[in-house]
Amino acid sequence: MSAYFESYLTVGAFAALGAVLVLGMLGVASILRPNNPTKAKRLTYECGVDAVGSGWSQTYVRYYVFGLLFVIFDVEAVFIFPWAIILEDLGVFGLVEMLVFIGILVLGLVYAIRKGVLQWE
Amino acid sequence: MIETITDVFSNFWVSLAGKLLLVATMVPLIGMLLGFAEMKLSAKMQSRVGPYFAGGRWGWAQLIADGVKFFQKEDLVPEDADSPVFKAAPILVLVGTVSLFLVIPFGPGLIFQDLSVGIFYALAISSVGTIGVLMAGWSSANKYSLMGGLRAAGQLIAYERPLVLAVVGSVIMAGTMSMSGIVEAQISVGFPFVVVQFVGFGIFMTAALAELARIPFDMPIAESELVMGYLTEYSGFRFLFFFLAEFANMFTLSAIAATLFLGGYWLPFVPESSLEFTGPLILVGKVFLLTFTMIWFRWTFPRFREDQLQTLAWKVLIPLALMNIAITATLKVVL
Repeated sequence: MSAYFESYLTVGAFAALGAVLVLGMLGVASILRPNNPTKAKRLTYECGVDAVGSGWSQTYVRYYVFGLLFVIFDVEAVFIFPWAIILEDLGVFGLVEMLVFIGILVLGLVYAIRKGVLQWE
Repeated sequence: MIETITDVFSNFWVSLAGKLLLVATMVPLIGMLLGFAEMKLSAKMQSRVGPYFAGGRWGWAQLIADGVKFFQKEDLVPEDADSPVFKAAPILVLVGTVSLFLVIPFGPGLIFQDLSVGIFYALAISSVGTIGVLMAGWSSANKYSLMGGLRAAGQLIAYERPLVLAVVGSVIMAGTMSMSGIVEAQISVGFPFVVVQFVGFGIFMTAALAELARIPFDMPIAESELVMGYLTEYSGFRFLFFFLAEFANMFTLSAIAATLFLGGYWLPFVPESSLEFTGPLILVGKVFLLTFTMIWFRWTFPRFREDQLQTLAWKVLIPLALMNIAITATLKVVL
């Protein structure tokens, strides 16, 4: 097995361990714990008073806009990291290119701020 | 004897099993240790005694007792909740936590898996927990949980940016994304990167605090407004996992900050040949220093308001981080 494949397998095994830890501990605990779910126990707790209406209420659209902004800046990171590694070889050309790229992004952020997207009313 | 042991561990499967076993003990142990430290330090800062009786002295067995108690608690899922999602949320949170341990270098060669994209992997995997938190908030069928989950998602994505961008400064200086490569770069230049990357370090720690949703960034939980946020409907063991993940994440994020900015397992004036033994101790020492600061912050600052939090991330930290990148890159090319 190649070292390349082995490192991927280790990553997968660590992720699986997280799930195994939770399920394993819950499994062991199931021997010890009581299991007597009654109607009252299974009510939604909320804040102690009986819940009114559905729990899935309408929410503020603002979070959605933040999500969109996030995606733009997240993609940027994908480009910046490889550039950061080989910056020494690229020299001045690479530096200027990236400064232009970052400049455009900042312009976008300024636009979003001026547009009032980040303002909470 | 030692040769046989090395021989056995040179087998991939045996070493993988060893690594998994080590992490499986490390995560609960660190959770308990930091949990206890938080209890005792909080008590000290508020002129209380804190845990006292469990274990006979200093209440050292308090968290073990708590663990045993949680072990016997009934596993309740609210009737209205979206049961499969509700049950899967703590699993996803812990998957993110355990995976983070993979790339932390504890000493020269003492790393679970030295990925060439180490820090990139760490940043990517640290956002898996965000999905778990959002799932927990959504599936609870509880208005406060939903609010908490949304706040958490809004906060975590807002501070993910400065966290990622603050790291770029160190990556430019080291010229590699491998975590042990970054430490070696600091050894070869002879000073921890924080000396020049203090802006990056400040941004990283602020963003890390927000990613952990700790005070002053604890709006997703905000006991006084949202009961317990996305954790409200959880009880017993599933509730415990969220706390285990929080404390383990405190450790891993501090360890990443220590590796990127404070020299990781290396300390100036400590002979390099002894690092194999002193390295883990140095790293853990730095981590505890950083986690102590986090606990200290908790009893020093009041909670932010939701809009102030977003303003800080988008209008202050992100532009600052971008400026840091531009300046670091310019200096690297010019010098």
